[in-house]
Amino acid sequence: MSIDLKTIKHISKLSRISVDEKRAEKLAGDLNSIFDFIEKLNELKTDNVEPLTSVAETTLKLRSDEVKSKNIREQIVKNSPQDNEDYFVVPKVIE
Amino acid sequence: MSDITKKSLTELVENIKNKKLSSMDVTKAFIERSEKSKELNAYITEDFTSALDKAKKFDQKPNLDLKLPGIPMAVKDLFCTKDVKTTAGSKILNNFVPTYESTVTENIWKEGAILLGKLNCDEFAMGSSNETSFFGNVQNPIDKDLVPGGSSGGSASAVAGQLTPITIGTDTGGSIRQPASFTGTVGLKPTYGSCSRYGIVAFASSLDQAGPMAQNVKDCALLQEVVSTYDSKDSTSIDFKRNQYSKELTNNIKGKKIGIPKEYRVDGMPKEIEDLWQKGIQHVKDCGAEIIDISLPHTSYALPTYYIVAPAEASSNLARYDGVKYGFRANGENLIDMYEKTRSEGFGAEVQRRIMIGTYVLSSGYYDAYYLKAQKVRKLIKNDFDEAYKKVDAILTPSTPSSAFKIGEKTNDPVSMYLNDIFTVPVNLAGLPGISIPAGHDSKGYPLGLQIIGKAFDEQNILNIAYAMEEKIDFKNKITDWWIK
Repeated sequence: MSIDLKTIKHISKLSRISVDEKRAEKLAGDLNSIFDFIEKLNELKTDNVEPLTSVAETTLKLRSDEVKSKNIREQIVKNSPQDNEDYFVVPKVIE
Repeated sequence: MSDITKKSLTELVENIKNKKLSSMDVTKAFIERSEKSKELNAYITEDFTSALDKAKKFDQKPNLDLKLPGIPMAVKDLFCTKDVKTTAGSKILNNFVPTYESTVTENIWKEGAILLGKLNCDEFAMGSSNETSFFGNVQNPIDKDLVPGGSSGGSASAVAGQLTPITIGTDTGGSIRQPASFTGTVGLKPTYGSCSRYGIVAFASSLDQAGPMAQNVKDCALLQEVVSTYDSKDSTSIDFKRNQYSKELTNNIKGKKIGIPKEYRVDGMPKEIEDLWQKGIQHVKDCGAEIIDISLPHTSYALPTYYIVAPAEASSNLARYDGVKYGFRANGENLIDMYEKTRSEGFGAEVQRRIMIGTYVLSSGYYDAYYLKAQKVRKLIKNDFDEAYKKVDAILTPSTPSSAFKIGEKTNDPVSMYLNDIFTVPVNLAGLPGISIPAGHDSKGYPLGLQIIGKAFDEQNILNIAYAMEEKIDFKNKITDWWIK
């Protein structure tokens, strides 16, 4: 298997990480060597194996549906990169 | 003063309890040594002024019934600490000040400990050498320009260098045990579900666990007793009966069955590691334990499985860093452009690489071939351990395939860096507890560790085996204070 530059551009779009040409080439090389290493898994036949989704063999506990954190709006927006006491601010999305 | 920092946590607790030392004496001593140790680059954020205030307050009204009375402690910068900057070693969180506290650190402060500061780590805990941190390399106190391991590299360096009496790290694929091995310290990765993940910056949620890093096994047991609690705020926290690990610690391991997995004898492993392992086997025999050869046939598939599962979960967890709600933001022409620039400038190369691997293996058309396949192999790996534990009580292996390496030695080859975690990764995939203890030195005088892997929730047993072995090994860490001018 080989990951080409077109695939890198596609993954970069899906990951919301912009990469320039030079970086894309480096990433293609890195990812190819990592995937060569990962291909080893194809040696194993796993048709009848159940996938393991969690090692914690317990069912999720139920709890009562009550509000525990009240009036924390200030705390929530405190770390937002652009100041506004009530909302998160993003670049304009509607023309 | 320097004598204070040489003491173990257990000794410091005793000294404070019988009033030979005050919290202020101890806190000052560790701050002074930390101030002289800037070259190690172990800290990202120091909180010394506030630590001295807390020590003063503690001494005015000391509660000596607590488990960590007035003990200063620095923690890995992956734990959210209320009102103290928490970066996860990343530029993208360089200005993040949590408004809440992680459960694990909350448990520590409740028992009387005092925060000294936040310790360096690989960015989002992704690394095996602490070289991916936005805040620079960490030096290993063992030798100049030697990596301390990773991702809890700052934590390992700080404990080995006596900048903190003990610390807490996190381990997703070996991030506690590998740096412990590289620095001649003890590191425990508890059973998945033992320590709450609430308030820990997430890397791979099905693998992440917090755990203690200490100078000796008893200290490690004491901190484990404090940090391991059931927590309703973490849906994967498990409600099981936890031991009083330090009180129940015993070196009597007579009759215990210890498994030796033949698959851990990997190609190209240095003879020194094999010799160390054999010595370890002899030690447990001398303690009256029985050695049993076992097989974990899917061991060599663990790393490829890990490098699908962990990046997949990371790509999902790190989607939250978008420049909107907190953290760094780069300016963009529109919303999407802002996201893409923020993440491109905010994340380092290794984190970007792993997000891209994870995105790829989860993307349409590849999910079954990679992610589902990896989950199935993960099941086979867990089955191997389940089978083995029908015959044995614990498993003994080397912690790492080599001793610490030089800074820059492996940065250009991601796969060779990943191979560092070959002995530690299977334990995370199976959700088991594992402890690394220092067991000897290589020809360069660098420490080497042995790992004891236990059954799920059997931390007490592996701590006991580690305790018995520690006594036999009688390891002395060779710290020359080379960085202190």
